[in-house]
Amino acid sequence: MSVAAEPMIVVGNLDVTFAGGRSRTAAVQGVSFDVTRGGSFGIVGESGSGKSTVLKAVAGLIDVRPGSIRINGQVKGAKRTKADRKLLQYVFQDPYGSLHPRQTVDRTLREPLAIHGLGGADERIVAALADVGLDSRHRYSYPHQLSGGQRQRVAIARALILSPSILLLDEPTSALDVSVQAEILNLLAELRKARSLTTIFVSHDLAVIAHFCERAAIMREGRIVETVSAQTLRDGDAGQPYSRSLIAASRGYQRARAASP
Amino acid sequence: MSGPSLLDVDGLNVVYPSRGGVTRAVRDVRFTLGRERLGIVGESGSGKSTTGRALLGLVPAPGQVSARKMTFQGKDLTKLDASQWQELRGRRISMVMQDPKYSLNPVKRIGAQIVETITLHDAAGTGQARRRALDMLSAVQIHDPERVFNLFPHQLSGGMGQRAMIAMMLVAEPDLLIADEPTSALDVTVQNEVLRILDDLVTGRGMGLIFISHNLTVVSSFCDRVLVMYGGRVVEECDAKALDKARHPYTRALVAAAPRLDVKQHELSVVVRDPAWLT
Repeated sequence: MSVAAEPMIVVGNLDVTFAGGRSRTAAVQGVSFDVTRGGSFGIVGESGSGKSTVLKAVAGLIDVRPGSIRINGQVKGAKRTKADRKLLQYVFQDPYGSLHPRQTVDRTLREPLAIHGLGGADERIVAALADVGLDSRHRYSYPHQLSGGQRQRVAIARALILSPSILLLDEPTSALDVSVQAEILNLLAELRKARSLTTIFVSHDLAVIAHFCERAAIMREGRIVETVSAQTLRDGDAGQPYSRSLIAASRGYQRARAASP
Repeated sequence: MSGPSLLDVDGLNVVYPSRGGVTRAVRDVRFTLGRERLGIVGESGSGKSTTGRALLGLVPAPGQVSARKMTFQGKDLTKLDASQWQELRGRRISMVMQDPKYSLNPVKRIGAQIVETITLHDAAGTGQARRRALDMLSAVQIHDPERVFNLFPHQLSGGMGQRAMIAMMLVAEPDLLIADEPTSALDVTVQNEVLRILDDLVTGRGMGLIFISHNLTVVSSFCDRVLVMYGGRVVEECDAKALDKARHPYTRALVAAAPRLDVKQHELSVVVRDPAWLT
């Protein structure tokens, strides 16, 4: 298969085991999925389902069995070249924790440019701020001077300043208010379209996943229960009982449904 | 509203004096509560948690609380001294916070924490307090109360920790429970189980519940009535089931900004704030 025809991300039979002392925890078991170029794939599940671990493995933050992750036609483990890292960027949940509290927005955005030896830093920083809808007066602000939504815009700007092809999003709006979440989701959707980004969006929130993604894997206890289209999530006619119960629970509280299993 | 009112609040204000003037966290809030589930929704900084804290006399200094009227079962809350508040808190009015990780004592076993609550409020003997604690743990659907009784908070999952927290808050059988984002840190399936426990307690014991949350889906499906707060004010009060038919532009914008699981939205609508909402 030619590189162009292969999906951007192919995850095949991925296992991740954490060993701590005497215990071994199989965090991810036999997970397989692929994401087409420019596609938006969601991973949804409850805490401990392994959804973030899958994302970390794709990002090369966890070492995995050779061959279980292919990106842009090449096998990738935890060893990544600078070019690999430039191809793929990450946005985390907590904009309070993922920005250095004592670095200005300008320095936060300048660092990836310096690491990758890209010139024209000033122009790139100004453009990156404009792309995420941040006023240029925030360029020399510190994180504590920004709202949660503004901080998440900085995190997105930092990810996009290297012009990656892949954007990995780990609960990027979970710490935000509903109105701010709407702004960030709209921004991400717009950037994804404008830059033909391939995205994996991890969330516990089915409504957010159904809104942002074309397809999604529902995970439970380290395994994919099933992979469905966004329309299937909306229609609520998933094949597996667990998926159905998750969809039902996400629609709100109903006395009868919450009755003991 | 069902039954006589438990709580009657009018003209409630909370202000924080600061160098630049005063911050008005809660402004002229007015509502009554019967033996029902009243939701308070709003975004961060809307004053919803501060309103809950004011009802318990827990607004931290330098915050100042004032009200034209604030009565609980006919008792005037504006005139209570520290010891009278202490008498009321826990026994008559309790509060459940968002995250059990931070609101349980990390170095004390679950059982001991619940027993402490019982002995603080009643002259119960050790054996009797222990029995009541175990019964309460069963009442919040903990299936092996004996085991959980002897665990430390870090040994519990989020859902179990929140159940333990609810058990502790309800063991003194309060008439009013203020729950501040009680299910926001929980997984959606666990969330519904905790809601069912709260539902049973409101229905079974005739308790009043103030349910503070940012989650419109949860509030509209769980509560009877809803107060929508914005900038310290109650901008709308409506039937919980009719939240999607709300009249105030802020409520409508908030409902429209939330992604929906039932229909495809190409773009989410953004809340355009009108300064007039604050006047």
